[in-house]
Amino acid sequence: MKNARHRQRLSAATALCLVVIGMPLAAHADGAKKPAATSPATNPVWQEECGSCHIAYPPRFLPAQSWRSMMSTLDRHFGTDASLDPDTAATIETFLVQNAKRSKPGQKPDGSILRITETKWFRSEHDEISGAKWKSPAVGSAANCGACHPGADKGSYRERDIKVP
Amino acid sequence: MKRTASISTLAALLLAGSLAQAADPLEAITAEARSDKSFTGFSAERGAALWRRQGKDWSCSTCHTTDPRKAGRHTVTGKPIRPMAPVSNPDRLTDSTKVEKWFKRNCRDVFNRECTALEKGDVITWLRSITPSSVIP
Repeated sequence: MKNARHRQRLSAATALCLVVIGMPLAAHADGAKKPAATSPATNPVWQEECGSCHIAYPPRFLPAQSWRSMMSTLDRHFGTDASLDPDTAATIETFLVQNAKRSKPGQKPDGSILRITETKWFRSEHDEISGAKWKSPAVGSAANCGACHPGADKGSYRERDIKVP
Repeated sequence: MKRTASISTLAALLLAGSLAQAADPLEAITAEARSDKSFTGFSAERGAALWRRQGKDWSCSTCHTTDPRKAGRHTVTGKPIRPMAPVSNPDRLTDSTKVEKWFKRNCRDVFNRECTALEKGDVITWLRSITPSSVIP
């Protein structure tokens, strides 16, 4: 009887340990999972931290040097304080740099640009959008990608999904 | 028996560790506020006044609205912000790390400095005191 109770207590304690130890492992495994080639790069820490005040802009929108500069000036982030603890910032910077915009062979990326809307590719992709449209109540700001790209919060900007309000 | 005891101790330590992370955000803030000998407790009224106090360009209510039971909107990006009052959004003010991160950033944005423990405690006390029938000053 005593032995059975002993075993019971032992297995309950082991189960608790496994549950407690298992949680961070599972979270880590999920966070480190490589996205499929066709799906947009994602990372839960980046999504949470960079998606609080605006949608989490995909790393492929800016070259690595721009992301490095951005991450070193988070306390003065476009007029607001977006500072992070050093560990979180390092995790996010690694993810951004690894998935950053790659320039074509022979081309030099402009790593001095921090605003996505000032990049050449952004301006050429949006050259048909009038100034009035950007300022319309339905759009409001170029930061509001979701106004025309319904999948923006999930990192999808597919041409065929675009609906300009 | 000895083995059971050591496994139980390990389990208890792990459990204590996870409970420690879930400590109420107001606990550490209260301890810090107490280091000032004139501290006599937090005040919901002072918290409500701080919420509306105009800083350089903004106040807390610029983005969060004057009624924390309502959803707000980021004044620059326009992104919706869920209500700050726990009565409308029970997830609020439960995670110390989050609470400290946002007080640090937002106080610097609004007042150009970090908030004191007294100010943070006052605001938390006010937000937690809000009920569906509260009259918001």
